[in-house]
Order: sequence, then structure tokens, then C-alpha cells
Amino acid sequence: MAPTLRPLVTEASPSRTSGTVLVWQYLMLVWRRSALSTVIAGIVTPLLYLLALGFGLGTLVNSGPGAASLGGVSYVKYLAPALVTAAALQAGVGEAAYPVYSRFKWSRVFWGISSTPVSTAQITNGQLLFLATRLAIGSALYYVVVLVFGAAGGWAGLLVIPIAVLTGASCAVWVMALAGRMRREGTAFNVVFRFVVVPMTLFSGSFFPIERMPGAIRWLAYISPLWHGNELARAAMLGTGSGLAVLGHLVFLVVLGGAGLVTARHAFSTRLIV
Amino acid sequence: MNRQHRPWIGNVESRWSGVASAVVKSTPSGGRPELDSREPGAEPAQGSQSTDSMISAIGLRKSFPVKSGPDVEAVRGIDLQVPRGEAFGFLGPNGAGKSSTMRMIACVSPRTGGDLRILGLDPARDGVRIRARLGVVPQQDNLDEELSVRENLFIYGRYFGIPRRACWAKADELLEFAQLQEKSRARVDALSGGMKRRLTIARSLMNDPELLLLDEPTTGLDPQARHVLWDRLFRLKQQGVTLILTTHYMDEAEQLCDRLVVMDDGRIAAEGSPAELIERFSTREVLELRFTPGAQEAAEPRVADLAERIEVLPDRLLLYTPDGEATLNTVLAAGLRPVSTLVRRSTLEDVFLRLTGRSLVD
Repeated sequence: MAPTLRPLVTEASPSRTSGTVLVWQYLMLVWRRSALSTVIAGIVTPLLYLLALGFGLGTLVNSGPGAASLGGVSYVKYLAPALVTAAALQAGVGEAAYPVYSRFKWSRVFWGISSTPVSTAQITNGQLLFLATRLAIGSALYYVVVLVFGAAGGWAGLLVIPIAVLTGASCAVWVMALAGRMRREGTAFNVVFRFVVVPMTLFSGSFFPIERMPGAIRWLAYISPLWHGNELARAAMLGTGSGLAVLGHLVFLVVLGGAGLVTARHAFSTRLIV
Repeated sequence: MNRQHRPWIGNVESRWSGVASAVVKSTPSGGRPELDSREPGAEPAQGSQSTDSMISAIGLRKSFPVKSGPDVEAVRGIDLQVPRGEAFGFLGPNGAGKSSTMRMIACVSPRTGGDLRILGLDPARDGVRIRARLGVVPQQDNLDEELSVRENLFIYGRYFGIPRRACWAKADELLEFAQLQEKSRARVDALSGGMKRRLTIARSLMNDPELLLLDEPTTGLDPQARHVLWDRLFRLKQQGVTLILTTHYMDEAEQLCDRLVVMDDGRIAAEGSPAELIERFSTREVLELRFTPGAQEAAEPRVADLAERIEVLPDRLLLYTPDGEATLNTVLAAGLRPVSTLVRRSTLEDVFLRLTGRSLVD
């Protein structure tokens, strides 16, 4: 066999792609195999929610005294922005839980990556970037369905996509940190789902205005990232809320996500570098 | 950095055969390798460390904090010098500190104390640069089971900054080396244990490493798969890649290692080539005697003077002697009636037994 010379590839001429993007590319490659089912679910789920809640339940709400407390919009229009953010929250937390845990514990692929020049911070960033990409795709599909139902508002309504990504990712990154820290598969994820995600979905002004909640527990909504996301999403789709309020909600989510990223990086690093 | 780059050539074997003479450093037989002589093509010295050493450790220690109680000391001060081109082994039972040492060498575990230089660089400062030049075969496979064999190689190569096209080309080349061409498009979860191991080794070669770290490469494989794997590792060794491996199989160490250290309880108990170690710590031959249950204890004092040394195992007696057949005749002449006897050469297992009083595989 005659040796055939291939181009010289050395340390001196690496491609410029950063470790973060390489990890993202890897996760996208894995995801691509199941992308079709994700896309189908990403269309069917919003259809079901909008039909059942937006129109089914909405008929009752619109014909009763509820309409007034929604600020004069139909229930489906009130509901649609919050459905997009709530879906992103659920998808984000789901993607950050067992799939991330598995990459440490079962498939152990993160251990493999950590023995290459890619740093643990880049692994964390790449995982988060992938998660955000998934949320962006899911939210875009949701937006399209909402658009078909005529509940997407004007052009500004498109902003619901980045808003949903920010909402979902700023919560999910904390679950990533948890997945990095967990040594054994316990009940932690179930606790997060049942006692954090589900209550957050129900009591963040997604299905009814938080003014309907007793004053004593209304603070729960104020600290809920999803409420901030919902307020932003409605600002985009319905044009509600003042500029200052919008800024406040944005700062809340960005700070939450930023602190979560620092925590997750620390968790990944202490897990992989021992 | 002026280090000499090795060109990427289509065929793995031809590439290595081309450079082997430049990088293989022959170890004088019977003696310790010379650590201070420079070889052509080595990178310039940095600091006072000898950069001919692929690995240089002085008083290397590693301890892990434990919540309640004192730290666990996994590595308790070891000295190592591994020259380029050598196949170097860590032999020891589970918990001896082999894997902890390997992780420090792989720059994924900061040292607790002592000094460590890999490829002349300090892992604490230059971890990323060192990892770019290492190949790592971990104890537990961490392939992506959902991706194909070829995609696993491609993705891994990308982490080293190798451009896409070169990555695919390299993947195909290594599939041939690992004898996995037919499985190229199969998902990894369809592979046997031996094939996964070969794939992991192929993966570790994606970046053309100067130093290949193998942590228990054949643990859990059936004998046939082990032999296929040894053959591949032997080729790499012939081609001049510096191999560092841990094992608790003496036959593996004897097959592959030019030189090894026996580790026990975080320390180096002995160091040398397999032959040297056997010569230094054991006799040429071993006579194994098995008795009917209960009869062994009575036999012990009677054979004590018939060999240079005896070891008492739960199920048999080992008599260390230069000539096993002769000793067997003496034993039988003395009226002892073992149910079975075996005369064999001394192995590293015997060295280990002598040094630590324990068996390697529990």
C-alpha cells in the first residue's frame, strides 16, 4: 500500500471553532436523529393546548365576567404568549435533567470530552447553547401555530421566541447544575418537576392573571421566572406593560440565567476535574 | 512552540513506520533507561526539567477530601521518568493509585503535591496544550452509543480543532487500523465489548498523540478480544508511540511493557523491566502444590526447607526454586502426596505476591 499524503494538520493550524461550538455541534448531531419526532410534537402539542384551553375553555371565559379581567382581549390571545413560555420552561428543564445527567453518569460522554483540549466551561456553555437552540426551534414552531390561530399579535410578537428561550434557559441552567452535581439518581428531578415546574406553570399568570391570587401568596408569582417571562411575552404579543417593567423582567431573567451559568460551570468543573 | 510536528499520512502504519526510527528510543536492555540524553527532534528544554521525558514526576501526591474523616491518600509520593517511545506500565491491584496517577498525567486531576511535567509542561498551567497532544483510553468507555462508529471518531477529532475533512479522512484511516471498517456506519450500541474498546483506542489516536494513556485497556474482555487488542497496541508501540498503561493483569504487563512499576497503596513498590523484576524478586521457576482439603497445613512445615521461599495461598502452596522439576522430585521423595502439581516460570504475579503479600486479582 503506497502511503498517500494528506494535508498537514497540526496544532499550528487548528480550525478556529471554539470548544463551545464543537460541543454544540456534537449535541446537535445527536439531536438530529430524533429531530423529526421533536418537530411533530412541537406542532401537535400547541395545537392541542390552543384548541382545548384557548377555544374550549376560552368560550366560557369570554362569555362570562372573565373577559374584563383579561384587559379586554379574548382568552386565546391572553393565553397564547404564556403557552409559548411555559412550553419552553418544560422543554428546557426536561432537556437539562436526565439527558445532562446521563452524559455524566451513563453514557459518560462529558468525561470523554474533558480529556480533550475542550474545557469544562466550554462543555457547560456548549450544553446550554444546544439547549437554547432546541428551545428556539420549539418556540418558533409554537409561534407558527399561534400565528395560524391568529393570536400572535403584530411583528413584535416574533419577540416571543427569544423571550421564551431566555425564560426556559434561565431556569434550565440551574437544573443543568443540579444534574452535574448529582452523584446518584435520586428523586431530585421529580421534586423539581412536581414542586417547582408544575406549580410555576400554574401560578405564574399563565392561565389567569395573578391579581386573582390571594395577596398573601401573590409574591410567589413575583419570584417565579415564568411570570417574568409571561409578562415579557404578553408585552411582545399584546403590547401590554410599561418600558420600565419590561426592563425589570429582562434584568430578572438575565441575572437568574447568568448566576445559573456560573453555578453550572462550577458544578461541571468540580465533577469532571477531581 | 517549535515542537516537531508529525505529518498526517493516509495510512496509519506507513505513517508510523516512517517516523518510528526518529522517535523510538531504545532502552538499554537490563539497565535503567538513560533519562538525560537528548534525542534529535525533541523540543527545547523548558526550565530545569528534562524534556526528553514524556512524563517526569517527583514526589507526586494525590489526596481526596472526605466529608467525615481524614483525606484519602491515593498517591503517596511517587517518582517517575518515562522517556519517549517507551511502553510503560503501572501494575497493581484495585485501589493502588494507578488510575489517580493516570488522571493526573491526563491533566484532568490537579496534583495535591510534588512536581509533575508532561511533555515538559506543567499540567497545572498548560493542561489544554498538553491534552491536545495526548491520547486517552479511559477505564470505562464513554463513546456516544447513539452515534455511528464513524461519527464517534469524527466528533472526537473535532474537539482537537482538526478541520472537518481531515477529521473524516482520519476517521476512515483509523477504522482500518481498528479493523472496524465493516462497522463504520453501525451504531455503537450494536458493537461487542472488544469492538467498543478498539473504537475507543482508535478514537484516542485521532489527534496523532505523542503519548497514549490506557487505563486498564482490556479489563472485562474475553481472551480472544484481549489478544486482538494487544496486537493493535503492540503495533502502536512498534511505531514509536509512547504508551502508558495500567493493568492488574500480569500477562498484559509482560506482553506490552518495556518497563513498569508495581504500585501498592499509593506507592511504588518496585520498578524495572518485567524480566528484571522477576529476576530480582523471584526465582526462575515455581512449583505449585495442591493438596486435599485439610492436608495443606500439615505439608507446609515439611516443604519449608525444600525451596528458596514458599508462599501459602488458601488453596495451594507455591515453592520458589531455580529448578521446579528437581524440587518436585525432592517433594515426592520426602513422601508428600499432593493431588496435583504444576511447574511453571515465575511471572509478575509472583513478584507482586513477594512485594505485597497479596494477589493482584482479587
